[in-house]
Amino acid sequence: MNRLSSPAALERARKRILSRRDPDKPCITVCSGTGCHSYGCDKVSAAFVDELAKNDLQGKVDVRRTGCHGFCERGPVVVIVPEEICYLRVKPEDVPEIVSTTLVGKRLVDRLLYVDSNGQKIAHEGDIPFYKRQMRIVLASNRLIDPKSIDDYIALGGYSALAKSLFKMSPEQVLEEVKRANLRGRGGGGFPAGVKWESTRNAPAATKYVIVNADEGDPGAFMDRSLLEGNPHSVLEGLIIGAYAIGSHEGYVYVRQEYPLAVENLSIALSQAREYGLLGEDILGSGFDFDVIVHRGAGAFVSGESSALMTAIEGAVGEPRPKYIHTAVSGIRGQPSNLNNVETWANVPLIINRGSGWFTSIGTAGSKGTKIFALVGKVNNTGLVEVPMGMSLREIIYDIGGGIRQGKKFKAVQTGGPSGGCIPESLLDLPVDFDELTRVGSMMGSGGMIVMDEDNCMVDIARYFTNFLGDESCGKCVSCRMGIGQMIKILDRICQGKGQKGDVELLEELGEVVRDVSLCALGKTAPNPVLSTIKYFRDEYKAHIEQKRCPAGVCKALISYYIQPDKCQGCMICLRSCPVEAITGGKGLVHIVDQKKCTKCGTCLEVCPPRFAAVTRLSGEPIPAAPSLGTKVLRPKGKQQ
Amino acid sequence: MKKVRLNIDGKDVESQEGVTVLEAARSAGINIPTLCYHEKLSPHAACGICTVEISRGGKSRLVLSCIYNVEDGLVVKTQTPRVVKNRKLLMELMLASSPVIADLARQYGVEKPRFEDKITQCVLCGRCVRYCNEVKKANAITFVGRGINRKVAFVDEAVSKGVCLNCRECFGLCPTGKIPRETDTVCFDGLTIQDVLFGKEDKKH
Amino acid sequence: MEIKRRKRSRPKPISTPASDNVGIHPSQVHHKEETNKQLVRKLDGTQEIVDKYGSDKTALIQILLEIQRENRWLPRDALLYVSEKLDVPLSQVYRIATFYTAFSLIPQGRHRVCVCMGTACHVRGSPRLLDLVINALNLSPGETSPDRKFTLSTVNCLGCCALGPVLQVDSEYHGNPSAEDVKKIVAGCD
Repeated sequence: MNRLSSPAALERARKRILSRRDPDKPCITVCSGTGCHSYGCDKVSAAFVDELAKNDLQGKVDVRRTGCHGFCERGPVVVIVPEEICYLRVKPEDVPEIVSTTLVGKRLVDRLLYVDSNGQKIAHEGDIPFYKRQMRIVLASNRLIDPKSIDDYIALGGYSALAKSLFKMSPEQVLEEVKRANLRGRGGGGFPAGVKWESTRNAPAATKYVIVNADEGDPGAFMDRSLLEGNPHSVLEGLIIGAYAIGSHEGYVYVRQEYPLAVENLSIALSQAREYGLLGEDILGSGFDFDVIVHRGAGAFVSGESSALMTAIEGAVGEPRPKYIHTAVSGIRGQPSNLNNVETWANVPLIINRGSGWFTSIGTAGSKGTKIFALVGKVNNTGLVEVPMGMSLREIIYDIGGGIRQGKKFKAVQTGGPSGGCIPESLLDLPVDFDELTRVGSMMGSGGMIVMDEDNCMVDIARYFTNFLGDESCGKCVSCRMGIGQMIKILDRICQGKGQKGDVELLEELGEVVRDVSLCALGKTAPNPVLSTIKYFRDEYKAHIEQKRCPAGVCKALISYYIQPDKCQGCMICLRSCPVEAITGGKGLVHIVDQKKCTKCGTCLEVCPPRFAAVTRLSGEPIPAAPSLGTKVLRPKGKQQ
Repeated sequence: MKKVRLNIDGKDVESQEGVTVLEAARSAGINIPTLCYHEKLSPHAACGICTVEISRGGKSRLVLSCIYNVEDGLVVKTQTPRVVKNRKLLMELMLASSPVIADLARQYGVEKPRFEDKITQCVLCGRCVRYCNEVKKANAITFVGRGINRKVAFVDEAVSKGVCLNCRECFGLCPTGKIPRETDTVCFDGLTIQDVLFGKEDKKH
Repeated sequence: MEIKRRKRSRPKPISTPASDNVGIHPSQVHHKEETNKQLVRKLDGTQEIVDKYGSDKTALIQILLEIQRENRWLPRDALLYVSEKLDVPLSQVYRIATFYTAFSLIPQGRHRVCVCMGTACHVRGSPRLLDLVINALNLSPGETSPDRKFTLSTVNCLGCCALGPVLQVDSEYHGNPSAEDVKKIVAGCD
């Protein structure tokens, strides 16, 4: 492909690509995102290629490995276009049947279709409730394109926003459009991107930098990963448009090294864009020069903080700088630097093409557009969802997420990662909105949405996050390092049954100094998980401290497993399964847990046949005395001994 | 340099652009307590003791005076209840791991810490690291690790070549006295990077 | 022990330790006994990596990442070389090497066993999975078995939350394995 030296050349290229493609030609799209990767989608696509060749169909049907479709719970996901027939949990063994039944026989393979709660089978992807309630605009192209193919992106109109910006708009006009759209940062801060761009643009310096923050350190979040793996060009196009608006000619993409596929697909995208004249010198013949360097992270959550990230790019250790001087004014090597999250950049081409008016028609007064969430945890439909701002948490968790797994009771949803908080059931109708989430003690964050049920202990969750922060803090500030350190000790104590009166108040006091004195956003928001769980689940803390009881049955030091002698049928299953051989008994003899040996792993409760249900988990109450060894079991009436 | 007028603890102070609140206060004879700060070294802003409360246009917040630059019209208060409370808690936290600073802590009203911590006698003020890297340029001592496990350690090569024994200039800077106490004239016995990496903890306290 | 080097236009190492084993952890003593050839080969790899980045000191983290990937750890000699070639103080190299979890300053095992401790996996019971793996391998997170077969580590979010809790062994992912499954997986590693 020749270098594209004008918008007209880009348009001609697009037409040329489309002319070579038959829109009616069947194509088997196989989701090749992270989740499906772990399910073995590689083998599935290879099986399709093989099977098509066996049936002499390789010229008549395409196979395309696409970006993440989002329905991670049901992967590997296969969608046959143009009919949009969606098959879920596809294994390599299913492939011959799909080819012969659907591609050749034009019939559906019923057993691979989605079944809704009424038992109805749904064939088309767009009709599946998980997708129907979403508004996939940033993720729209993920399922349609091969991320390693720039032609796929161009065929869908890719880089037309860039052409429009460079040739039909001035940098100031691009900036104004983004400001009018009120695009707020999707990385967690929610700061208006247009305002940040303007500060960088107005800062007096010749050299300016633009940066994509793809560190995505929040555990349980994989939105940016899916965007970079599935549609890297959309992020790149947004970045180049931003660079043009700001007056920058050098950009960085900081990707965490735990995302090798994202690094790979991004690198391919960059070299393809350079080849096509869409990156580098004289982009599209506009005279605008801009290029990008990829910098990999090395395993530090705090280096995802914008000033720390810039320090890491400079080659020094990635510790945050005080925010008194904004990095928009003095960032990398003291030069004005504009940093935005992956999802923020990916929104830019859409705003340029469809207009700020369209963008502001979506969402709430203060939060425009859509947000991508990684909906995970105890929810039925785990996956990546994109919804308009303003949709309620209830709709997301129940209508899209399909409610709580195994019919359990909802307890809380955690948003904002380690900087966020837990939201209880009473607030489920809260609209997803930057300011609303902050108002209740959490925050939007980067998009992790972790659903918890009755079997999750909120004190344990607070401890989990605080431990995470203790490891990930850079450790410079006494308030953060020692403050969090002591909060961890108190939470450990509480979970070990050694909680003391005044511990909750001490946690609140420590939380205050950590928040007030620490220099960076990690430290300032570190107390949030603890403070929000104290606010909404104080009774759980009280139970742990005063009654030495863990209501959810999680904290090992506060639980015991006990086999009820009147229910045990002596089947030996738990005895054999116990990893530390803590259960004694025999066939037909009551099994007894040796409390001294027991490691509280819960295997016995898990394996005890439901019809016996002899194993119980106790907390906060004394363990009944064990029967003597060799006691025979009580058979139910009517059964022989 | 542009002149700046601010108010510290009710006193009008004139200063210049680019000067920190701490420096401006000291020039005006107002004492803001510090611990990790040292005039010869770049500000580290780690201990938090120099916290002050600033307000401008009705909004107030806490900032670290050793790195916050003066602004025209800034109102600074160095002893508000919130500031004093935070300073006290910080001293309490530091005292828990460094009992040797008991006298200093008493000045903040802290007698016995409510916390327990491993005794390291090091608050990671960074004075030694900064001095060695910025002034002496010997780069013999640095921070290792991260988060609650962050420590200060000597580079083995410097130790074995006798660089530190011949210098000892960081000894006088150490606020807890850990560095001078752990050495003697015969052999240098501080914590080296290899000690830290392989779990050989402080040899003597 | 003097490390004999082939004739090359390369700078001498910064210093030689005052005694044989100053700063060498017992687990590294085995390494010191490697043949000169192997050590020299390791350093060759390091030199290539440094040259690829044009000895640019701002690329220090990227260079260390590649050395780590090549060797499965950061050999001390490599760090000394990097410090000299990039003109970055050794203290700074160590600061970076100990700050980031991607780096290991002791040799790692052939098989990387990783338990995801991301929030979604935690909520689905990853602490219990970690206990099972600790039992099966007889290692704590961060440790490498004496025969250098396994290294056990934890990671925050592998991005396959639907499988959670997730155990990753080399490039294979296992969702919610039972105690039996874990034993089988470990036994299946050569």
